[in-house]
Amino acid sequence: MAVAPETARPVYEGTRIPTPIPTVLQVPEALRESGELLEVNFGPNHPSTHGVLRLIVELNGEEVVGLAAAIGYLHTAFEKNMEQKTWWKAIPYPSRMDYLGYQANELAFVLAIEKLLALETPRKAVWMRMLLCELNRIQSHLVWLATAALELGAISMFWYSFRERDTILDLAELVGGVRMHTRYFQAGGLAEDIPSGFFVECRKFTDWMPSAVDQYERLVNRQQIWLERTKGLGLLSADDAIALGQSGPVLRGSGVDWDLRRHEPYLAYDEVDFDVPVRPEGDVYARYRVRMQEMRESTRIVAQCLDRLEGMEGEPWIADDRKVVLPPREELHTSMESLIHHFKIVTEGYRVPEGEVYVPVESPRGEFGCYVVSDGGPKPWRVKFRAPSFVALQATATCMSSAYIADMIAIVGSLDTVMGEVDR
Amino acid sequence: MREAHGETTVVVETARVVEAATHLRDERGFVFLADISAADYLGWGGHGVAGYIGTAAGRDLNFPATQGLAALPEPKPKRFSVSYHLLALGERSGAARVRLQVWVEEGEPVPSVVTVWPTADWHEREAYDLMGIAISGHPNLKRILMDEDWEGHPLRKDYPIGGEPVRFSGEE
Repeated sequence: MAVAPETARPVYEGTRIPTPIPTVLQVPEALRESGELLEVNFGPNHPSTHGVLRLIVELNGEEVVGLAAAIGYLHTAFEKNMEQKTWWKAIPYPSRMDYLGYQANELAFVLAIEKLLALETPRKAVWMRMLLCELNRIQSHLVWLATAALELGAISMFWYSFRERDTILDLAELVGGVRMHTRYFQAGGLAEDIPSGFFVECRKFTDWMPSAVDQYERLVNRQQIWLERTKGLGLLSADDAIALGQSGPVLRGSGVDWDLRRHEPYLAYDEVDFDVPVRPEGDVYARYRVRMQEMRESTRIVAQCLDRLEGMEGEPWIADDRKVVLPPREELHTSMESLIHHFKIVTEGYRVPEGEVYVPVESPRGEFGCYVVSDGGPKPWRVKFRAPSFVALQATATCMSSAYIADMIAIVGSLDTVMGEVDR
Repeated sequence: MREAHGETTVVVETARVVEAATHLRDERGFVFLADISAADYLGWGGHGVAGYIGTAAGRDLNFPATQGLAALPEPKPKRFSVSYHLLALGERSGAARVRLQVWVEEGEPVPSVVTVWPTADWHEREAYDLMGIAISGHPNLKRILMDEDWEGHPLRKDYPIGGEPVRFSGEE
């Protein structure tokens, strides 16, 4: 269900977007010959590029007339490295790529393995995965909100957002023992049972979170500087967003009602009740509003997951397939078979049937896809990720045409790219 | 065209990829290109079969049998595959996905689909950069993740791991 639009006025009258849509903003020849242009290297080591993005900007006064993004500064060949690891040792890799939306990345890879293995996961694992992914979405949006507001001068937002972010990281620590990159998802289910005390703490958080979002909105929603620096900037029409392959909040901020959690439900998203916020404007402000609303919806999903999980005490958290899943620790002392299985999985890894699959999930940044090829051996033959940030950066040139240099920070920030995921 | 793991793969001739792409976009509603994934199948099936010491090429006593495959995988037509993951933005629960696939040997050109889906721009540059797929008709086919003067294509199977030169490592 779309959120009622606040402004019905179409902002795309007389669109200035040329066809075909370029991913590089070219300077008009006449302008180049004027000799008035200034070429500026924005980044790669600039604090507001969210990592190491380099934008080569050509300025006419303060107006951006030419723009090309140079990426690859964080390229560490995750995909190549994963080919060298056994399937279960490769699981920690994807979460390091998008270091804010790590749960969704981990989930996509684990779901891909399970799809090839045709492995059923117990329902407790399904709901817990969903809960953690939504907590992670809130966390990711909070970091975006904090940094995006910080760049536009709203420093206090940073402290408020990080207060709740820390609570989420504490919850993750309670579950997996680590604050980020938990590697809590395992092919077949979860690495460990949900610890006692988690539900109580998590319930406190879901009770508190809606009022925290209200607080954030009270801080900036009527703030004149915030509004002037976000409204009507970085315009991206619905058609262009689809043509440029945008996904997630950027696509929904351009008025396209599309969310994989609803349209292509995985896990148990078809059993929970939530709304997909959509805004028609396609500007920085719309993306901000979509993300704020998504945090509220995610909190609702987390609360529903808690309701279900509380009734699943004592149920298994991982599938009982000894060829893939590590046997319970206590069995190793008494059972020869368990010891052999444990040894085989740890040293050699499990074999995954031959085939190729593409598994998309809705990460905090949009469609995160995992394409996996297996030759039937203990290591993946090829892993390729569809990184939503990589695609989002392609839209910078379109969003940026005739923007000012100061707006560039707001516009690049609104696309919410994580460079670790762009460069992989 | 084949179905596996609940996914549909359509294999087309390389020369007709733009035609197929346009058809899928305009007639079948696949307006959204999610990803272009290239894969290198050099040495596919070369790990041998477990239980039999050796590879398909012959007996090799030095090859650890337990590391081999359970069965030899299905042979691939050519060395590289390029997969276009397409998505139709349908109504609720109406998402449809299809994988358009072409097979090429090294250096064989793959026509660019930038004119069909503008988002293919960077994906194709990445396929060229990391896998060395010769995309033809691309407006700006430069390396995207590696340096412009980088040699080789790192995600190919014959590209060594740890073989890249490290500056100032004292091993000039």
